[in-house]
Amino acid sequence: MKSKAAAFPYLVWMLIFILVPLGLVAYYAVTTPDGTFTIDYISQVGEYTPVLVRSVWLAFLATVICLVIAYPLAFIISRHSGAGQRTMVMLIMLPMWMNFLLRTYAWMTILEKNGLINRFFAHFGLGPFEMINTQGAVVLGMIYNYLPFMILPLYSIMTKIPNSVIEAAQDLGANARKVLTKVLIPMTVPGISTGVIMVFVPSVSTFIISRMLGGGGNLLIGDLIDLQFLGNAYNPNLGAAISLVLMVLILLAMSITNQFGDDEKGDLLK
Amino acid sequence: MKWLKKSYVAIVMAFLYAPILVLIVFSFNQSKSRGAWTGFTFGWYEKLFHNQMIIQSLMNTLLVAVISSVVATVLGTLAAIGIRNMKKMSRTLVMNVTYLPIINPEIVTGVSLMLLFVFVKSAGIRLDFGFTTVILAHITFNVPYVILNVMPKLRQMDISVFEAAQDLGCSPSQAFFKVVIPEIMPGIVAGFLMSFTYSLDDFIISYFVTGPTSQTLPITIYSMTRRKVSPEINALSTIIFVVVLTVLLLVNVGDARRERELRMKARDRV
Repeated sequence: MKSKAAAFPYLVWMLIFILVPLGLVAYYAVTTPDGTFTIDYISQVGEYTPVLVRSVWLAFLATVICLVIAYPLAFIISRHSGAGQRTMVMLIMLPMWMNFLLRTYAWMTILEKNGLINRFFAHFGLGPFEMINTQGAVVLGMIYNYLPFMILPLYSIMTKIPNSVIEAAQDLGANARKVLTKVLIPMTVPGISTGVIMVFVPSVSTFIISRMLGGGGNLLIGDLIDLQFLGNAYNPNLGAAISLVLMVLILLAMSITNQFGDDEKGDLLK
Repeated sequence: MKWLKKSYVAIVMAFLYAPILVLIVFSFNQSKSRGAWTGFTFGWYEKLFHNQMIIQSLMNTLLVAVISSVVATVLGTLAAIGIRNMKKMSRTLVMNVTYLPIINPEIVTGVSLMLLFVFVKSAGIRLDFGFTTVILAHITFNVPYVILNVMPKLRQMDISVFEAAQDLGCSPSQAFFKVVIPEIMPGIVAGFLMSFTYSLDDFIISYFVTGPTSQTLPITIYSMTRRKVSPEINALSTIIFVVVLTVLLLVNVGDARRERELRMKARDRV
């Protein structure tokens, strides 16, 4: 029980299946197929700046909208009784248990040209509206798939805030807006930063949502990587270089979010 | 104010469930086209159950999930015990690497493992993309979840019970299996369940390491969604939804009953 040896099999596993593969990504990114050093691939990523910018922008939009939708919802749930809370949390988690491909496929049915929404509006002589294969559809897909990832961490931190804290603020003369900005938000910062990371990371790196709802015209970083490895553009070295850039991008985003998370007010609940 | 809250919750729930409802309704639709209702049928369910590809990939998915989560649970539990006994420096280092597959976007993990397997193959070792590579990949992304679930239980445990068991005449292995394991069992079970469900649901990482044979269900679903019209997907979604709903309801009812019993006991004591 005192020995470190129990971890040995895992350490070997970790080396082979976590560290070596990431090392290989870095290696492929800076070498040509015959193994000579080059930074061509890394600089080639620069040509895809519009795709990078689009990915970050759409993921950012999805994250912000998720936060705006989830915050009041999580608060309402956290003020319910035990049974009510449990039921609502279950209802929010239930869709997550269906494969995200199926959920995204459902939106194709709803949004496409002959889809439900357009058929509905056709009854009134309106449309058809271009909904599928737009950036809006991609953002919608991200919000739909990852909204529970925002609601759940917010909810779990809000349940720890007793009603008395809010009442005390009100007694001391804070209006609703002050309660929100001076009490609730500072106390829920850790939940916000967890939620933001959990929505932003899968959104910025998705390739399925953009392919199914965005058509061919709204490629994201994930699609670009997929194309280099399993698509027509086969070029693992460039793919590795883009993956490396994506990793750096996410680490950057996370360190920014964590900066807020480490805010001293955020530690109030710890 | 109350109706405002209620309608807000209702709107978000409607957003979460509308697509699923659409899938369910259209799984009973006669017409192949999405969007137009032409009459009730069970036909797609019949077709689904006669679809060898889907049945086979369901079997593959279950097999991959069982094998990978069992291996990950053993590997991860041992790892957690070993890591706990490490010095602070090496413990921090190992834990940081362990977090990598969780923090990294799935696409990067998938690509890195693909590069590893390509590399191993090019080194002349016989390794076919398919069942083996998928299981290796699933173990890799499952182990961290086991470690993260077992670690807190180990931290809560009083290490002296292990010594006490030996003082009372247990051999070290008896003490380990009869004292330590039961103590950390909740963490092990939670880690196992998490691994199992992640493994069942994984698409992105499997997508990069799978081969032409032994597809898992999410991979098969993906190839079905690419063929635009396949109402069997709706039938499949409905079945998955009903199964998940049943499981969650059972768990929830069990929780509620346990809570009620606890409350009763507490009252009896008073």
